[in-house]
Amino acid sequence: MSDAAAAVSFANVDFDRGDRHILTRITFAIAPGEFVGIIGGNGAGKSTLLRLTIGLLAPTRGDVRVFGRAPHGARGSIGYVPQRIELDPDLPLRARDFVSLGVDGATFGFPLPNAKRRTLVDEALADVGASAFADKPVGRLSGGEQQRLAIAQAIVGRPKLLLLDEPLANLDLSVAAEIVETTARIARERGITVMLVAHDVNPLVGHMDRVLYLADGRAAIGTVDAVINEDTLSRLYDRPVDVLRVRGRIIVVAG
Amino acid sequence: MQAFFASPNVDAALLASAIVAALTAAIGYFVVLRGLSFAGHAVTDIGLTGGAGAMLAGVNPLVGLIAFSVGAATAVGALGDRARERDVATGLVLALALGIGALFLHLQTTFANAQSTLLFGSVFDIAPTLLRIVAAIAAVALLALALMYRPLLFSSVAPEAARSAGVPSRAIGFAFLIVMAVAVAETAQIVGVLIATALLIGPAATAMALVREPLRGIALAMALGVLEMWLAIALSFASFDWSHGTQSWPVSFFVAIVALGAYVGARAYARARAA
Repeated sequence: MSDAAAAVSFANVDFDRGDRHILTRITFAIAPGEFVGIIGGNGAGKSTLLRLTIGLLAPTRGDVRVFGRAPHGARGSIGYVPQRIELDPDLPLRARDFVSLGVDGATFGFPLPNAKRRTLVDEALADVGASAFADKPVGRLSGGEQQRLAIAQAIVGRPKLLLLDEPLANLDLSVAAEIVETTARIARERGITVMLVAHDVNPLVGHMDRVLYLADGRAAIGTVDAVINEDTLSRLYDRPVDVLRVRGRIIVVAG
Repeated sequence: MQAFFASPNVDAALLASAIVAALTAAIGYFVVLRGLSFAGHAVTDIGLTGGAGAMLAGVNPLVGLIAFSVGAATAVGALGDRARERDVATGLVLALALGIGALFLHLQTTFANAQSTLLFGSVFDIAPTLLRIVAAIAAVALLALALMYRPLLFSSVAPEAARSAGVPSRAIGFAFLIVMAVAVAETAQIVGVLIATALLIGPAATAMALVREPLRGIALAMALGVLEMWLAIALSFASFDWSHGTQSWPVSFFVAIVALGAYVGARAYARARAA
């Protein structure tokens, strides 16, 4: 795959914050329609990588392209689910109002009633399985329900690329599994490329096409088996790493 | 009550107070949503110093109110989130501004009843020119709010997602503070500095407790603002008789009571409905 045809491509990307190297020589390309899990420990640079992709940060060196364009110019085709969505319980919005912001929330001018917007919102709510609580106050919903709505808000504008920053944090395992399943299904049905950040690989196994593993600011990308093994990860961490498979779960022990 | 509607000043009072109440309530919706109640209060209080300074200089107090409120809003905007962290500094600056305002009021001799006008407003003494100015400023402020409505809502509710969607959050936040400053300044001119904040926060918070949908909530806040204001004026007018025709109680007092009563009632109603 040439980089020009890629949904997202990083070419020798460095990102420094002061004297600290957050990301070092990151190079990869993600094909349109691919579901890539971005895995790594705290401070590995996962969120930075997403923020570079969406153009909220600029690389210190190297080049980031989204559908062949600079991230800034591709904004209209990116949906973004930020980290830690905790809405105020008294927020005076229904779930559908919250999702509706994803359609035209960045547009100036007074919003007139619009049948097309309503249809888009209803479809997005149905896709994430939120139709049942569409008219409930959004701040009073559970963490998993709010996470679904954040995804609906991100996909309602029909993006081609969906970025999710730690959407599984603070969720029960079963809820996390549902969120991953929902995301994968929507991506398949709508033909969306997905980059999903998580610190644990297990909920994503079986749903993602490839894993991008970050350690100490460096990256390895490939299938789960090709990346999450002792050879590859020991090279990435630059120290001995054990990969255990226990009852179908993968456990990475980086000493 | 017959005397109430027969009074020539009452028409102007009802109209002007309705305009500022509706405007302030609409702005107040976003003040509550963005957690800016304290900033709103600070901007209003600093406006008092501007109003007093303008009176001392012999110009229309509205000019000073607007100039100082906008200046204060600019400072709040420039400080950003640091304003909340530096509440000692903010408190001291506020105290200093009020102290200077008190000095201005003490020194000035041009206007009779200057203190009372600034603190409690002059709702029964509104010149036709002032009415036109107030209406024009309110129209511009409401238009500005309508134009930035969606990006303002998006950045208030989901700041990160809004920024990634291309909303210029900082610029929007700044623009909103300026519109808020103008709105509270002209509200202070009509109903007094002391009570502008009650109109800013009360109707909006009441509407939010009752309606969880932004556009309908804003419409309800505006309607509540006008009704609370009018009720306060009527009560103030009626109080003239309670005190055996010597003096009516200030509108400010009744606005505060009515706004608080409506809010407490709405919260109780919302809780009863949820249970």
